[in-house]
Amino acid sequence: MSKVLEGLLYSDSHEWVKVDGDIATIGVSDYAQKEMGDITYVDMPDPDDEVVKGEGFGALESVKASSDLYSPVSGVVTEKNEELDDAPQKVNEDSYANWIIKVKMSDKSELDSLMDAAAYKKHIGE
Amino acid sequence: MEEELKQTCLYDKHVALGAMMKPFGGFMMPIQYSTITDEHQAVRNHVGMFDVSHMGEIFVNGPDAAKFVNHIFTNDIEGMADGQILYGMMCYPDGGTVDDLLVYKEFTPDSYLLVVNAANIDKDDAWIRENSKAYDVVIDNQSPKWGQLAIQGPEAEAVVEKVTGLSVHDLTFYTFRDFAGVGSHKARVIISRTGYTGEDGFEIYSEPEVIREYWDAFIEAHVVPCGLGCRDTLRFETGLPLYGDELSKDITPVMAGLSIFCKFEKKEFIGKEALEAQKENKPAKRLVGIELHDRAIPRAGYPVELEDGTQVGVVTTGYHSITLDKSLCFALVDTAYSKLGTPLMIRIRKKVFPGTVVKKRFYQANYKK
Repeated sequence: MSKVLEGLLYSDSHEWVKVDGDIATIGVSDYAQKEMGDITYVDMPDPDDEVVKGEGFGALESVKASSDLYSPVSGVVTEKNEELDDAPQKVNEDSYANWIIKVKMSDKSELDSLMDAAAYKKHIGE
Repeated sequence: MEEELKQTCLYDKHVALGAMMKPFGGFMMPIQYSTITDEHQAVRNHVGMFDVSHMGEIFVNGPDAAKFVNHIFTNDIEGMADGQILYGMMCYPDGGTVDDLLVYKEFTPDSYLLVVNAANIDKDDAWIRENSKAYDVVIDNQSPKWGQLAIQGPEAEAVVEKVTGLSVHDLTFYTFRDFAGVGSHKARVIISRTGYTGEDGFEIYSEPEVIREYWDAFIEAHVVPCGLGCRDTLRFETGLPLYGDELSKDITPVMAGLSIFCKFEKKEFIGKEALEAQKENKPAKRLVGIELHDRAIPRAGYPVELEDGTQVGVVTTGYHSITLDKSLCFALVDTAYSKLGTPLMIRIRKKVFPGTVVKKRFYQANYKK
């Protein structure tokens, strides 16, 4: 069973979003980190980079494979979680506590297309 | 056309252990049982076991066997002692690689065992037959009749002797022993001191029933089952090529830096002229190792570039090395940029990362010579 936190929004490509005003904190779901296995690198954009909903903004890398990260919202990156540069395995340890980027959203209505916890649970079949 | 995937004689045992199964070389093979990292470390530090029953076994017998094998093989088998093994390639007349393989000189006269890559069994068999017409030899592809285990790691010797009851401690690297009438099956068992991991280890060949019993016995002796995932990370660190990535019909042994296994002093072998000319005139591209100065991971197919963005090569295999904790890759690059110490960039998704050309042998192997 993968953990799904209440109060977050989820994309069908397994990113989560926590909304605080017009700032979206973005990470990956517990389901996604389990699918990847041991994460060895997190490829993140830099502050001031633009991200677009539905487009790749980075990647998770495991020993064998890399998996693209897709932005659940559009906007400008305000922060990246630099802790993950040295300790990418933190995403495996707790993928909700260890966010990846924060984005200043340009269009909050984009949030409407994301899933709540109940819908996401259904999406991953749990 | 989708070809049906074959199973090795240990398929049900992998499934029972909960292995992640994926297609490889025409077979459904175990990629990992626990994690690639744990299995990799088991081989580097203790001992691990691989099902390599998918590999092909092609026997060449007959009065012209030595002459014929030397005709199709880049290394020189002249004067090989019984029980000795040589690594080398079979090449096309243009120098492109048909396959890389091991040649075992059997204990009977005029008799050789060729161990080839799973994905290439049918192609190799056809190639060998096609080129054997002028020679008095019998080609016998026995691949489906043989199972094979690789027991790899510093503790391999002790556990192989314990489990099989056979004496292997005095085997030197790249030699083998051929046992007859082993166990209740009265089976033939071949054990060689070979492997594909950079650690000491053995490869055990026998009929499927015997291999199945050995598998269970090694598990009981706490040998860690290891999948093809860590087989690839282990061989990669050791600088060993994988056919399809670092060798192919378009990548010659000379380009791959394997000239040492091409004996140009031999009177002839298929591909000799082309390979010799390529060595003398330098090939257009060479395989190099590249170390990145960042944790980003280069993967097969990523472009290798100069600082100005000109593409000068492509990554063939890349990992964040488990043993060395560095991002490393093999890449095929224009020869002008293949010197050790050359700065090169690798494009990974939207960014480029700087790296340096280094020796392909990232990890120093621990063979028992």
